[in-house]
This record gives sequence, C-alpha cells and structure tokens, in this order.
Amino acid sequence: MSEPCITPEVIESHGLKPNEFKKILELIGRTPTFTELGIFSAMWNEHCSYKSSKKWLRMLYSEGSQVICGPGENAGVVDIGDNQAVVFKMESHNHPSYIEPYQGAATGIGGILRDVFTMGARPIAVMNSLSFGEVKHPKTKQLVNGVVAGIGGYGNCFGVPTVGGETRFHSAYNGNCLVNAFAAGLADKDKIFYSAASGVGMKVVYVGAKTGRDGVGGATMASAEFDEFIEEKRPNVQIGDPFTEKRLMEACQELMATGAIISIQDMGAAGLTCSAVEMGDKGGLGIKLDLNKVPTREPGMSAYEMMLSESQERMLMVLNTGSESKAELIFDKWDLDFSVVGETIEEDRFIIFHNNEVKADLPLKALSGDAPEYDRAWSSTSKPKALEQLPPVNPIEGLKKLIASSNYSSKHWIWEQYDSEVQANTICSSGFPAGVVKVPNTNKALAFTSDVTPRYVKANPKEGGKQAVAEAYRNLTAVGATPLASTDNLNFGNPEKPEIMGQLVEAIQGITEAVKVLNMPIVSGNVSLYNETDGHAILPTPTIGAVGIIHNINNMIKGKVKNEYLAVLVGETVGELGQSALLAEMFDKEDGEVPKVNLEKERKNGEFIRSHTDLIEACTDCSDGGLALAIFEMATESNLGFNLFERDISFIFGEDQGRYLVGCSLDKANKLIDESVKNDVHTEIVGSFIEEKIQIGRYNSSINELTPLYKNSFENSFGK
Amino acid sequence: MTKVGIIIFPGSNCDRDLAEGLVSTGFSVEFIWHKNIELPNNLDILAIPGGFSFGDYLRCGAIAAKSPITDAVLRFAKGGGYLIGICNGFQVLCETGLLPGALVGNVGLKFICRQESLLVENSNSIFTSKYYFGEKIQIPIAHHDGNYIADTETIAELEGNGRVVFKYLENPNGSINNIAGVLSRNRRVLGMMPHPERAVNKIHKSNDGRSLFLSLLESFR
Repeated sequence: MSEPCITPEVIESHGLKPNEFKKILELIGRTPTFTELGIFSAMWNEHCSYKSSKKWLRMLYSEGSQVICGPGENAGVVDIGDNQAVVFKMESHNHPSYIEPYQGAATGIGGILRDVFTMGARPIAVMNSLSFGEVKHPKTKQLVNGVVAGIGGYGNCFGVPTVGGETRFHSAYNGNCLVNAFAAGLADKDKIFYSAASGVGMKVVYVGAKTGRDGVGGATMASAEFDEFIEEKRPNVQIGDPFTEKRLMEACQELMATGAIISIQDMGAAGLTCSAVEMGDKGGLGIKLDLNKVPTREPGMSAYEMMLSESQERMLMVLNTGSESKAELIFDKWDLDFSVVGETIEEDRFIIFHNNEVKADLPLKALSGDAPEYDRAWSSTSKPKALEQLPPVNPIEGLKKLIASSNYSSKHWIWEQYDSEVQANTICSSGFPAGVVKVPNTNKALAFTSDVTPRYVKANPKEGGKQAVAEAYRNLTAVGATPLASTDNLNFGNPEKPEIMGQLVEAIQGITEAVKVLNMPIVSGNVSLYNETDGHAILPTPTIGAVGIIHNINNMIKGKVKNEYLAVLVGETVGELGQSALLAEMFDKEDGEVPKVNLEKERKNGEFIRSHTDLIEACTDCSDGGLALAIFEMATESNLGFNLFERDISFIFGEDQGRYLVGCSLDKANKLIDESVKNDVHTEIVGSFIEEKIQIGRYNSSINELTPLYKNSFENSFGK
Repeated sequence: MTKVGIIIFPGSNCDRDLAEGLVSTGFSVEFIWHKNIELPNNLDILAIPGGFSFGDYLRCGAIAAKSPITDAVLRFAKGGGYLIGICNGFQVLCETGLLPGALVGNVGLKFICRQESLLVENSNSIFTSKYYFGEKIQIPIAHHDGNYIADTETIAELEGNGRVVFKYLENPNGSINNIAGVLSRNRRVLGMMPHPERAVNKIHKSNDGRSLFLSLLESFR
C-alpha cells in the first residue's frame, strides 16, 4: 500500500509550520515518508512538545525535601512518610470535550488515571476543574450534561472516588470549555516505576486494549484553534472504556509486584509514537517496532494510523529478559492483549516495520530533543478599568444574586453523579474546602483541592497566578492539612499572540513566587494552549491542583457549626471589591484591581489555623463572594441561619486574601482570639450562627427563602 | 472465625472495601476469582461486592451471571448457604435467578451517590437482627441502575412474607414500593443496593452498616 505524497497541503494539515518542516529536512537529510511526517507532527505539536511554554515552564519552582520526582515523568511523586508516596498530576482534555463532551471528559479521566498507575501507584482520588460558557449559550447545557456524565461514567466504573472539583461559567468559554482532570495514587516510596528504558535487546511489550482508528491526530487537533468546521473533528476524539482501564490497572499492579518491569509508559496523546520515543529518549536507546505484532481492532490499518492512533487503555513496557511468559499469564488472566512488538537497540534510531517494509527510520533523540522551541513575543497585561463607586447594595439581595447564580449555587447536582465514596476511605468530598481521603492502614489522610480564579488572572496574570496557589493553600489548611506540593494545568489562548503569551508568562511568574513561599512545589503539570474560537480566547485559567497531608485524622477540621456558635474571621480585611463575584454577578462588571496576595501573611495565617485545630470546629477559606458567601455556606451546611454584624458592603463581599472563617463556641472563640494576639494574627468576631433567620446588619431574610435558592438553582438551569 | 468468600469479577471495585468492613467487624475473608469453578470448602457466607462486574455495558450483572464461578455459587445457595449481594452484587443475584425481580436504570437516568435514609422493614432475618423493626438508618447509595422492579404478584409475595428488608425513606431511583433490599424465599440470600461497607467505621458519615455485619456474625456464634 503506497503512502500519500508529501505536499505543502499535507504538511500544513499536520500542523507543521514551513520552518519546522525545513528543520525536519535538515535533520534527516531527505523528504520524510508519510508515516514519518505523522510521527514528527505528533511529537512536535504544542500538546506534546510544549514548544511555546518550555522556556517558561523551566522557571516553575519544583524543589523541596518532600519531592521524590518532579516534572518530566508521567506524574509527580511526593513523600508522605512511612515509606509511602503520593503520585499525582492534573491534565486537560479541553478540545475533545468540546467536540464530544461525554467521551472527551471520560477519556480525560482515563488518561490521568493511567499517568498515575503507570508509576506504580494505586489511584485513590480524582478531582475535576470545569469551565463552561454562559448558561444561556445554546451549547452550555449539553456540554455540562455530557462532561459530568462522562467523568462519572469513567471514574465510577474504574472505582476511584471523585472527591472534589470546581465548576465555573463565563462567556469567554462559550467556544471552548475546559475539562481539567486530577488524579492521585498511593505507592511505596521504593516501588515507583519510571519510563526510561534500559538495556539493549530488551523486549518492548504492548499491553491493554487493541489499537483502532480512534483519536488519530488527536494531539495535533488539540494544538489548534477552533473554527466553524469543528464538528468535522469528531472522529479525532478517542472512545473510553473504563472497564478495560480497571483491568489494565489491576494487571499492571500484579506484574509490577513480580519485578518483571524495567520501564513502563502509558499510551496517551500521540499513542504508540510518543510512548516509544519517551522510553527510548529517557533511556538513551533506540527502538525498533514491528507493527504487524500490534493488536488491532480492525483490519487494514496503515503504519501511519497505528503510530498516531490514540486508542485508550494501552501501555508500553520494557520487560526483563525471560519474564515475558510470566507477564503474558497475568494479562491473560485479565483478558487483555499482550504482544512483544519490538526491542531496544543501541543506535539512536526509531525504526518502524510494517508488512516487511521500513515505514519510518528516524533519529530517535531528535524527535523529542530537537523539537522546536519558541521564545515567543509577549506583552504585559494592561491595568484593568478602575472600579467605579457602586450604587447602594442591599446585602441580602447581593447574597441572593450570588447563591442563585450558576457559579455559586450548590453543585450537588454535579457531584452526586460521581461516586465519591468507593474504596470507603473518603472522609470528606465535594462541598468541603478540600476532599480528604484516609491512607489505608494508617492514621494519616491526604487532602486535595483544585483552584483558580480566572477573572483575577485576566485582570492581573501575576497576582492571579499567586492567588490560585494561595487559595489552594487555604483550602487545604481549612481541613487541617499541611500543604505538600502541587500540580499546574495551564489553560490559555493562542500563544502566538503577544498578549496571550504575556498572560502565560506572568501567571507562571506568580505561581512560582507563591509555591516557593508556601512550600508547595510544582511536581507535575500540563499546558493547554490555543483555547480560542474564531479569535476569541478563554479567560487565562492556570488551574492549581494541590495535595496536603493530615498526619493524624483526629486533628482534622471537619465539624459543623451549631446554634449560637460564633463566626470568627481570621486575617485582615480592607474590603477589596475589584474583580469580585458581587461585581460580576450583580453588576455584570469586571473592573478594578484584583485583591492583593500577601504570601507571608498567607503562610502565617495558615500556620495559625493548622496549629489551633483543637479550637476550631468548622473552617472555610474566604474567597469568591467574600465573607457573605462563606458564612452562608457554613450555616447552610448545618441547616442554620446567621447574624452577620453591620459592616460596609466592601467588608461583607470583599475578596481580600489570606482569610478564613471559623465557627466555634464562645469559649473556644475567646481562646482563639487570645492565641491570635500572641501570634500577631488578626482575628475578629463578625457574627454568630442562629436558628431563626439570616440577618446581615439591618437586613434579614428567612432560611426557607434562601436555602432552596442555593440548593435548586443549578438543577433548574441544567437538570431539566 | 466466621469466613466470608468474596467473589471478584474483573470490574468489581468494592471488593477491598467490603473485605475491610467485614474484617473490622470480626470476620475472616477470602477472595475468589470469577474464573474458578469451585468454591473453597470452608466458607460460611458468600458475598458479591459492588462495582461494574463486566463494565455493565450490557444489562448490569448479566455477563457476571454467566461466569465460570456461577454454577458453584448456585450450588452453594441451593445447599442452604448464606449469600449477600451489594449493589452490583444485588444485580448479579437477580440475573442468576437467586433473587426475584430486576434492577433497571434510575428514573432520573443519572448515577446517584449520596447518603440515603432507609427503613428496616424486617428485623427478623439473620442479616438484620441487630436492627429494630422500623428503625431509620443512614447508608449511602452509589448506582445508576438501582430501580427495583418485579411483577405485581412477586411484589405482593415479597411484601407479604417479610422479604423486603430495607426501604428508602425517600425514593431516589424509582424502585417499586421504595424497595432497597430483598431476601430470597429461604431468607438466606440478601440483595441490597445501598452500601453497608461504606458505613462501618469512624471516618464514615454513618456507622449504621455495622449492625448488618454484626447481625450476620452473631447468627454464626
């Protein structure tokens, strides 16, 4: 079967720029074959090569004594004591989810789970961070329903609890939704598996599901902007099979326990190509593959299709000599395909045979090492429009506006579609500041959160980057966890535009500064660029996924408030209404400076909370919606009302950073305030929890009026 | 020690949870792979855990009911053995015919995971002796196909003979008569959609599932 000719159109359709094709010609000294062109396009697209962001990603702070493995592997690995490690990463599946929401989101979960169990960890928790267009946009409802069902469909069947996440709505996502998936797993510290192959003549083994034509060119699609022909990309979306993934995980765990595996790499974006190159490149070896040995789902697949397929639930491994039969038995037990498809070679070559023909023969190192790297022009974000004087606001009306909005109403309609308790180790999940999962057979627990406030990042990328980390720090702290490390999922528009590139650069600067001070090194991550449709970019959305540890579950904060408890605000309030939720939801404005993040104060206030968990019954961070939303949510959780003392609107709805709302008895509140004076931390009593009503200053309303608004608004918009 | 055999299908995912819940209440457990054709001979009880036995792309539990181990399970039940099926396990038991009726898609057509209030409708079974009749208990559910259906005569037979052991206080899935769990005619096979193993220890929102395991344990003393 002859392959298509390499014409300028063919090159362009592979997303390769003329200068990039020139570089290919220089590297191999001839015109590439069609399969080779496909391999280059798979390796050199933005998604796989990070060519626009690499320069800046190197700046991310990823050090700390807790870090066992930082960025560059399938996932980050962090020490949690007792010879145990938590393995985690967050990754986007934005483009496919917009085109085919159910499968796009499902395979996003599948991909991130594989990243985690490839490293030898057993997944214990997943989260998701979702961004959709405005509610009234005709596509939004379908996307929300499809994405949520897809996430649930995959995670529930696989058997991993979904313990947290966030969902936002903004017109900037009308043409590009974001689906960021986080997964974490547990492993023994001395049994982590890496992707670097070693040894010449070692067998390269393919396991898992068969290769089909789904997802061919997916990574290239994910590296381009959308236009009106986006529906035609539907065949590029992969189809997920969580049942196969579950078996693949179990089989890999069994094989890992036997010591047969030298290296292992999952087939994700750019499938067989990317995984084989990764293993060879990291191990300083070449790889030879015979595609006739690859298990295929349909007959007549070409070398090009096999190398670029993104069929899910597949792994590539290099095994110790002589352990093939042992490995095959295990995969046979789980009814999965197993095939020796090639071997490692000494020369720096990536050789692909198919039907006794050489379909590709490329220098392997150059495929990743010589991938283009751009130092793209960038410009600083200009100052946002100044905040104008607001008309008088009735705080009850302001609160009602927030709790009835799709952004701030209760999301139980979403999270009840996720199994949050499978494995029976979940201590708390969605609805709490952070998800908390007990580490089996210990008294420890791990806490998980994902955070970002895109409208802050848009107004001030650096402060917004800092804020995303600070909010994650606070959410972990609010359950009593000590933050350990983080993962970043950087979602931006077209990096070829200097203002977009500027958002990326400055957000990275802010993130780096924050993770350094707060000791939450970035150990893994993912970049998703070109989130634009017809030239309209999304809000810059650098999602931070963070993990914290609770050394003794008896010290965690998970209580509820009771009648007559006091509401104590920890941290200082100036009253920052710029870019606030109140401004956006009530006045439809995105004006003013973002709230400032004082990292030293963040740390100090966080340490204060964590060292006084005995005095704190309930705790939440103050973020979107400020004090008003925080106290409402805390009260509603206990079916109570509250009395918030008379203050300025900026105090009640301001989004000043570094603050926590604590609920506790009078006695404990007094002690907590005494302690705060000793520790030079600002605290003040701002109100109390009561049974009869919701009171803010001289305004009031009934619990029966506000609770249904909060609990039913979301379902009314999306469920019916 | 009372021993429970837990059958594992490739897509079972509540097997470890169930084992932990059973061990923490005083049982010993043994896992049994679905491709085996014989059961270990010293089992007191058999359990079929929750999960997605074969992905549940077809009717939930339908393929599991044709697994190599099924004949041995049927023999065990026919010989008077005690069996409990939870969630997917309940679906499997219905598919094998050991329990009447079937579990179809929830009325809302969505997966539901939440704490659910149940009423104990029969406290005379070996699975429920530690509860009292009419007791309101909290046990979580997590399923997409938990809508229990059966023909009118079967429902009447179940209701009339105390074979409905648990009912939902507020019906989450459309089950006829709010049925959450049923017994076989000999009252030795229990199928239930809620997950008692997720309500047994101090980290769980409720510990009401513990009494179920303790009831079972006591009946073997």
